Amino acid sequence: MVKELLLSLLLVISIPFAQAGEAAPTSDDLVLEKKVMAVSENLRCLVCQNQTIADSNAELAVDLRNQVREKLKAGQSEEDILKYMVARYGDFVLFKPQMKSSTWLLWFGPLIMLLGGVWILIVNLRQRRKLQLQAHVLSAEEHERAEILLSDTIKKSDVPENTAQKNIAQKNTKEQS
Amino acid sequence: MKRTFIPLAIFVVLVVFLWIGLTLNPREIPSPLIGKSAPAFKLVQLHETNKVIAPEHLRGKVWLLNVWASWCATCLQEHPLLVELARQNIVPIYGLNYKDQRAAGMAWLQQHGNPYILSAYDLDGRVGIDYGVYGVPETFVIDKAGIIRHKVIGAITLEIVEDKLLPLIKELNNG
Repeated sequence: MVKELLLSLLLVISIPFAQAGEAAPTSDDLVLEKKVMAVSENLRCLVCQNQTIADSNAELAVDLRNQVREKLKAGQSEEDILKYMVARYGDFVLFKPQMKSSTWLLWFGPLIMLLGGVWILIVNLRQRRKLQLQAHVLSAEEHERAEILLSDTIKKSDVPENTAQKNIAQKNTKEQS
Repeated sequence: MKRTFIPLAIFVVLVVFLWIGLTLNPREIPSPLIGKSAPAFKLVQLHETNKVIAPEHLRGKVWLLNVWASWCATCLQEHPLLVELARQNIVPIYGLNYKDQRAAGMAWLQQHGNPYILSAYDLDGRVGIDYGVYGVPETFVIDKAGIIRHKVIGAITLEIVEDKLLPLIKELNNG
C-alpha cells in the first residue's frame, strides 16, 4: 500500500518534467531562438492539432520551425511569417483565431449566451415577483380567519416543537455513542 | 405546456450539431490553395537527376500531383489505384517524392509499380510546405491554367476517384 502510494506520488511529481519536452534549440543564437519559439507558439502543428509547432516534435513542426528561423534571420517580421503560413495552411494554422466576420460567433458566442442567460433570469424573476404581488389580496373577513388560524397554530406548535427537540437530542446521543 | 418543449428543443438542436460534428473529419483542413495557382517550383527529377521539373511545363493539361514517399505506409494503400489510373491513361500523374531517400524512393516504385510520368524530388520538404502538405499522401488536381482545383488529404479511395476525381477531371478537360 505504502509502496503504491509512493510510486503514484513519484509519478505525479514527474508530470511537469514529462511535459517540459520542448524541442532543443538548434542554433546557438539564444535571442533568435527565443524569437523563433515565440512565433512558433502562435502556429498550430497540423499533424498533432492541439499542439503548437513550438511544443511539437513532429517532423513537419521541425521543418516549419526551421522555416520560421530562416525567415526571421532574413529579417521578416512575425506578421509576415504568419501570413506566409496562412497562405499555405489556411487560418487553421493560427493557434489564436483571427478576429473577422467568420469568427465573430466564435469570439462573441459565449458572451451572447451569457447575456441571453442573464436576460432569461431577469425575465423569470420579474414574472415571479409580479405573480407574488398579484397574489390574492385578503378581504377583511379572510384576514380575520387567517389570524385566528395562525394564532391557533402558534399555541399548538409548542407541543410538536418540543418533540422535535427531543428527537434531535436523541439523535445526537446516538451519534456520539 | 410551452415550457416543457424548451428543453426538448435545446436537446434536438444539440443532437443535430453533435451529429454534424461526427460526420466531419477534423484531420481535413480546407486548403487555402484551392482556386489559386499551383505554387511554382523547380526540382530535380527522382530518376533523372540532371533534369528538372516545374509546374509551368504542364500548362495546358489537366494533371494530378501526388505527394508520396517510400516511408509512408498510407501511400502504399492508395498506390494500386494510382497505378490503375495511370494504366487506363485517364490523367497524367506526376509525383512529388517528399522527404525521401532517392534510392529508397526508386526502389519503392520498382517494387510497387510506377504510376508517375515522373516524380519531382523534394528532399527537404520545402515544396511540400509551399503546397501546404501536412500529411502524406496528398493529391492535387491541377487544371489547364495551372490552378489547383481540388485536394485530397490522405489516401485516395475508389469512392473518391469515382465520385470526385473522375467527374472533375472530365469537366476540366472539356472546359
